[in-house]
Amino acid sequence: MSATEAPASPVSPADERTTTGPGRRWGGLSETALRNLALVGVLVVLVIIGAVTRPDLYGDPVRVRDNVFTILEQASVIGVVTVGMTFVIIGGGIDLSVGAIVALAGVWCTTVATQSYGTFGMIFTALTVGLCVGLVNGGLISYGRLVPFIATLAMMVAARGLAASISGKQTQVSENRTINAIASTDVLGIPLLVVILAVVVAAGWVLLNRTTFGRRTVAVGGNREAARLAGINVTRHTMLLYALSGLCCGIAAIMLTSLSTSAQAGAANLYELDAIAAAIIGGTLLSGGRGSIIGSLLGVLVFSTITNLFAINNLATEVQNMVKGGIIVAAVLVQQVRFKSLTTIFART
Amino acid sequence: MSARSARSVPGRGAGGRGAAAVAPATEPVLRLQGVVKTFPGVRALDGVEVEVLPGEVHCLLGQNGAGKSTLIKVLAGVHRPDAGTITWRGAPASFADPQAAMRAGIATIYQELDLVEEMSVAENIFLGHEDRRLGFVRRAQMARRAREILARLGHPEIPPHRPVRLLPAAGKQVVSMGRALSHAARLIIMDEPSAVLAHDEVANLFRIIRELTAQGIAVIYISHRLEEIREIGDRVTVLKDGRTTAANLPARTTPTKDLVSRMTGRTIEYVFPRRTAREPGEELLRVEHLSRPGEFADVSLSVHSGEIVGIAGLVGSGRSELLETIFGARRAAGGTVRVNGRALRPGSVGAAVRAGLGMAPEERKSQALLLGEPIYRNVTLAAFGAYATGGLTNAARERAEAERVAGQLDLRPRDVRRPVGTLSGGNQQKVVVGRWLLGGTRLLLLDEPTRGVDVGARAELYELIRELTAREVGVLLVSSEVPEVLGLADRVLVMREGRVVHEAPADELDEGTVLDLVMAGSLMEEAAV
Ligand SMILES: Nc1ncnc2c1ncn2[C@@H]1O[C@H](COP(=O)(O)OP(=O)(O)OP(=O)(O)O)[C@@H](O)[C@H]1O
Ligand SMILES: [Mg+2]
Repeated sequence: MSATEAPASPVSPADERTTTGPGRRWGGLSETALRNLALVGVLVVLVIIGAVTRPDLYGDPVRVRDNVFTILEQASVIGVVTVGMTFVIIGGGIDLSVGAIVALAGVWCTTVATQSYGTFGMIFTALTVGLCVGLVNGGLISYGRLVPFIATLAMMVAARGLAASISGKQTQVSENRTINAIASTDVLGIPLLVVILAVVVAAGWVLLNRTTFGRRTVAVGGNREAARLAGINVTRHTMLLYALSGLCCGIAAIMLTSLSTSAQAGAANLYELDAIAAAIIGGTLLSGGRGSIIGSLLGVLVFSTITNLFAINNLATEVQNMVKGGIIVAAVLVQQVRFKSLTTIFART
Repeated sequence: MSARSARSVPGRGAGGRGAAAVAPATEPVLRLQGVVKTFPGVRALDGVEVEVLPGEVHCLLGQNGAGKSTLIKVLAGVHRPDAGTITWRGAPASFADPQAAMRAGIATIYQELDLVEEMSVAENIFLGHEDRRLGFVRRAQMARRAREILARLGHPEIPPHRPVRLLPAAGKQVVSMGRALSHAARLIIMDEPSAVLAHDEVANLFRIIRELTAQGIAVIYISHRLEEIREIGDRVTVLKDGRTTAANLPARTTPTKDLVSRMTGRTIEYVFPRRTAREPGEELLRVEHLSRPGEFADVSLSVHSGEIVGIAGLVGSGRSELLETIFGARRAAGGTVRVNGRALRPGSVGAAVRAGLGMAPEERKSQALLLGEPIYRNVTLAAFGAYATGGLTNAARERAEAERVAGQLDLRPRDVRRPVGTLSGGNQQKVVVGRWLLGGTRLLLLDEPTRGVDVGARAELYELIRELTAREVGVLLVSSEVPEVLGLADRVLVMREGRVVHEAPADELDEGTVLDLVMAGSLMEEAAV
């Protein structure tokens, strides 16, 4: 205990005690990766159930491929919306108006006047409408200091109202061949809608994990005050998050219009719930500060696979919604239990 | 390695015998034997031995990350130990959750405040054991009892119905103490309670501790301030790397050198780095007639490059508010802030950071850290934009820079990819300060930079702050510890009730003078009441 012991060993005791680093925690996987793996597991189980209940369908590779594309196509529209939603939630907010924005953007880009401007006119309109509504949301929340829940709830009602008045409550048929063809075009054998989803997810992943925008999003959602005191413009960033969500809705509106070759004020009903649920079971924290784009994608795929499971077995959709509710609860429970037990197992070793 | 384990065993043995000789009459109220607790990747407790007698103040000493907070969380039922035994009042005990520990008579004041910000003071004090009748909370009764407790704590001025979020840090600490007092506890554990308290508040705290121990209640007291341990402690147990290196040392008579070497395994000259005899450079910061009603009024000051200016004052004298206003986190009602001669846009942190300012705020958890994010991302929170190219972040560079700072600050564990929330309190504090040591900051505003930092790391931090001045950085330092202000600063401003009442070079002041200046107002106030 004297000064003779002063020359410290090259390895500091603290390091010595650290048996493993976080990168190697839990068998080489990060928490997010594990979470995602669990969702892949759920998907596999769902596919097995599909194969057992419809051996005829799953026996034929061509039909299997077609069915997979059906699932992915169904996931594509809501998937694009969910990417935007994930950003908003990680940033500490919530966007209840996404379904309404998709409907409004769809209606606005299929009015007779807009259609007369051709394909680019329609696409431009849908994206601009989405972006602008998102900016209004963001402005109300960041500069107007409204609670996100209230602001976007109001927007949800208002945007549907506006969509209804623009369309005169009529279904507007899209006469534009190019737009209508999006849903039926394949790129290298893959449906274009699925390609769009893949591109949006990839862009979202890069934006969240590799850019300063993503870092600001996590910071703002994780600790607003800390972000502010680190010099991040929290107000502007919050606004941009809702704008991004709106933009995703604009893209989704084009995809949906193409799928149904029409648009109406009641379209994209309850998309906000699907998107939020997918993000949550994908591991995005509802309180903000943490989330995963891949997780959100997997969440969407789980839901659309369930829908498909019911469709191929001709089961009633009422039951399907109950199952979805159950899946949300189960997914969250399973994740909690799994991480608790893993931590204890590790602690024992 | 072998030297260390060999050291820990006799240390404990000798201490144990010593204690038996000192206090043979009473049975320990609490005894911990061989307690082990591991977290993923870290052995936080590795066979801890502690013995606490009724009515004593038992101090726990140890470096940042030594395992003190983990130990008390095991006692409080927050963590389940992996191995070892807890003997509580003569019988083996295991607390499944905090409620169980509380029912058994163990109350805890945690290092990180655990108050519900939106609830009132009274609701927080009685959280989990509200006064009920037929399922209804008896609010009037609760408010009355809360008032009694607050008065006992020397703070009758805190209204029981006020939401906790409106209280300053010291007020929150008082509420936490109130919560501990509201239980009929046999043992009260205090994890660095004085870290957020000013000088007079600490005296108040000690008065309460003496009242408690006089009733036979045992207190476990954790602090990095040795002088406090000398004043209030009876016996000391020293932890190092999760092990007991010395037990039951007499708190008053054990030489500081021994305590420090048992904590750190080395000897530390606990002194401030020497001032370099240099003329301060050109003026970096000029604040003129800055005011915010109710917080501070008509403050003028300047900081030159290469100069450390210290602000002494009580909690509530407006020091932190002043710093935050200079930094643009609060908008001034009047006055100007100039950096390098140019006026700073009021109320804009972004503008301040672009002008080269940095601020380590007072409260690390609520104001500074992203607890779930890795250490390196917390260190680079204000700089990741500068390392990025075309909006793409540079993770490798960020990690490298963070590792450099972690090394300078002796962060433990050193792995910068760990979530910052798993660090010990003092190590989290190092991250908060480290954020502004990356370079690029011309003027650093430090609000209680060494809060919760151990003696060894503290000396290193002082050294680093000194080194900054050699690089022409200016520092404006706020601290509740007067020796720190006097030892580190070149020039000292004394604030009282929102005004600068005195300004002098640090070597013309001594602790007594500063304390008199700082307290004068509150004494007058007391006299008036
Ligand atoms: N929840 C956790 N997960 C992982 N590691 C943890 C966790 N809590 C504490 N640790 C680790 O356990 C060790 C002991 O931490 P502890 O908080 O007990 O230190 P301490 O002695 O209280 O230090 P300080 O003086 O800084 O408060 C540290 O290495 C810390 O990183
Ligand atoms: Mg601690």
